[in-house]
Amino acid sequence: MKKLIGRIKGLKKTTKVDFATYLGVILAFVLFTVLRDRGLLNRSITGMLVPICAYIVMAVSLNLTVGILGELSLGHAGFMSVGAFSGVIAAQSLQAAVPSAPVRLAIAILVGALFAAVAGTIVGVPVLRLQGDYLAIVTLAFGEIIKELINCLLVGCDSRGLHIAFNITGNLTINDIGMEPGGMAIIKGAQGATGTTTIASFTAGFILIMLTLVIVLNLVRSRAGRAIMALRDNRIAAESVGINITKYKLMAFITSAALAGGAGALYGLNYSNLSASKFSFDTSILVLVYVVLGGLGRMWGSIIAAAVLYILPEALREFADYRMLVYAIVLILVMLATNNDQLKALAGRIIPKRKGVSSNG
Amino acid sequence: MEFLSYLISGISLGSVYAIIALGYTMVYGIAKMLNFAHGDVIMVGGYISFCAMSYLELPGWLSVVLAMAVCTVLGVVIEGLAYKPLRQATSLAVLITAIGVSYFLQNAAQLIWGASPKGYTPLVPALNAKGEPNALQLFDGQLSIPYLSLLIMAVCIIVMVALTFFTGQTKLGKAMRACSEDKGAAQLMGINVNRTISVTFAIGSALAAVAGVLLCSFTTSLMPTTGSMPGIKAFTAAVFGGIGSIPGAFLGGILLGIIESLAKAYISTQLANAILFAVLIIVLLVRPSGLLGKYVPEKV
Repeated sequence: MKKLIGRIKGLKKTTKVDFATYLGVILAFVLFTVLRDRGLLNRSITGMLVPICAYIVMAVSLNLTVGILGELSLGHAGFMSVGAFSGVIAAQSLQAAVPSAPVRLAIAILVGALFAAVAGTIVGVPVLRLQGDYLAIVTLAFGEIIKELINCLLVGCDSRGLHIAFNITGNLTINDIGMEPGGMAIIKGAQGATGTTTIASFTAGFILIMLTLVIVLNLVRSRAGRAIMALRDNRIAAESVGINITKYKLMAFITSAALAGGAGALYGLNYSNLSASKFSFDTSILVLVYVVLGGLGRMWGSIIAAAVLYILPEALREFADYRMLVYAIVLILVMLATNNDQLKALAGRIIPKRKGVSSNG
Repeated sequence: MEFLSYLISGISLGSVYAIIALGYTMVYGIAKMLNFAHGDVIMVGGYISFCAMSYLELPGWLSVVLAMAVCTVLGVVIEGLAYKPLRQATSLAVLITAIGVSYFLQNAAQLIWGASPKGYTPLVPALNAKGEPNALQLFDGQLSIPYLSLLIMAVCIIVMVALTFFTGQTKLGKAMRACSEDKGAAQLMGINVNRTISVTFAIGSALAAVAGVLLCSFTTSLMPTTGSMPGIKAFTAAVFGGIGSIPGAFLGGILLGIIESLAKAYISTQLANAILFAVLIIVLLVRPSGLLGKYVPEKV
């Protein structure tokens, strides 16, 4: 035991933070599972468990782009959308071939992540040469484009396979895509995915969070991660020591997109009806708020912020109509308070900062 | 003829975007922040003029003046309460605060005026007293240009010329340009930077009110979320033309309106926004700092 404690003490500070993050997620999962099984959670909280998991993954993955890579992305919901709808198509069309729901969910998440990664590559390759606010606007535009494209998408499935049509004129309906009678409609244009079998579970969400953390934290602590952070801190200096800018930027961006796709698939399979307007600009902003309030580059911060802020509007229910107003005021006040020099000085006196503590815990 | 009428409707929609984009671009140029609440100031302007016309029964032009006054005060108050304390903070912190302000305005509007859309009486009604379309008839009536469109275009050109004169010739305008170039140096030259930024917000918000009235006249409806999509589009217009540049915002807005109108008419109503944003992405890839933006190479 003593040896173990000694070993833990000998670890690097960042490693300790990482282990604490994993441990915290596991404990939270066990706690909520026990509470749920005992029936101590009310219905609204139980229903929010899977979306919270999806949003935690979204926040951690966006933190990779915004906090570690240092690029502002306003279209993260676009990747979530790609992942959600490709995941739903995969899960629905494989219903007969793969009867086991957890396996199908895993396949759907993988498919979602894959498609989102492809989308991330398509967006990332040309766009990452833009900087700052221009990158932000292009990612925003991408999110809107994805939303409109999916609004035009008609997908059905029958014994002959998938039928996909693109409703550009606005005159087609789900009956025009050449399905056999008795075929199953998966995505109905602006209505979105309908009649999806909901197979997402809290356990799957937990596993996805753990996987995301393993991927992101290992990436950040690796040689590649240090290269990415060097890019963020000083692009020119990083370039001059021989770091391949495009390669590392793309690595971070595509990883982030793929994880968002996985989260989207999990989210999509949690609802029987899902329309593309769910993944609008507002959703991207929501996730960005989680990341900024949780702390840039701080993965555990993103996790806590996502969980707390997702529940907050629900917890403010007693304010009824004033709920979102209170949320907005809380948001502004928190931003003002965290950037107030006097408060910072006060906090600095109470919690003395140790030497060598990096801001990327 | 059909093409011409689509083009004209595109230009008048684009003029509204251009007025919004001018506000965006001025605020960005001086405060280096993306003011996401700008779109919601438009909405507030629309509601104020709506209330002035339907409850106080004021004439249209007076309602515009009232909306401008209220929005100017609103813009200055927002800047003073929410953005001024964050002058030294990171741009992300300011962005999130702007989003908070945007949520606040939307939800406050929803509480005050309700979520359901309100019918807005356009400044220039579509039909005149005799029931004929209120439009300029050209080529034996083959081409009809609504007077509203002409009004919108005229307002846009006036605003554009006035702003160019203001930033180029007046003392305050020069102070504004100095602040956007280098805040520290401007302060050393005796320019009150904080006041200059407040004035910029005031002008931007007044323009937003004008844009709000014109936009609502164009769409004839009003909701708490009315401002958000035009806000985003105007922001893209500002980026399209080169953010920080006043002629750029004008050009970007007009082009965006034309693309949207033509895409709706000839390609697909459903995909109009997607086409718009796709064009934006392509333009940014070819000219990374926008159509009229200055490319500033990075020096080591």
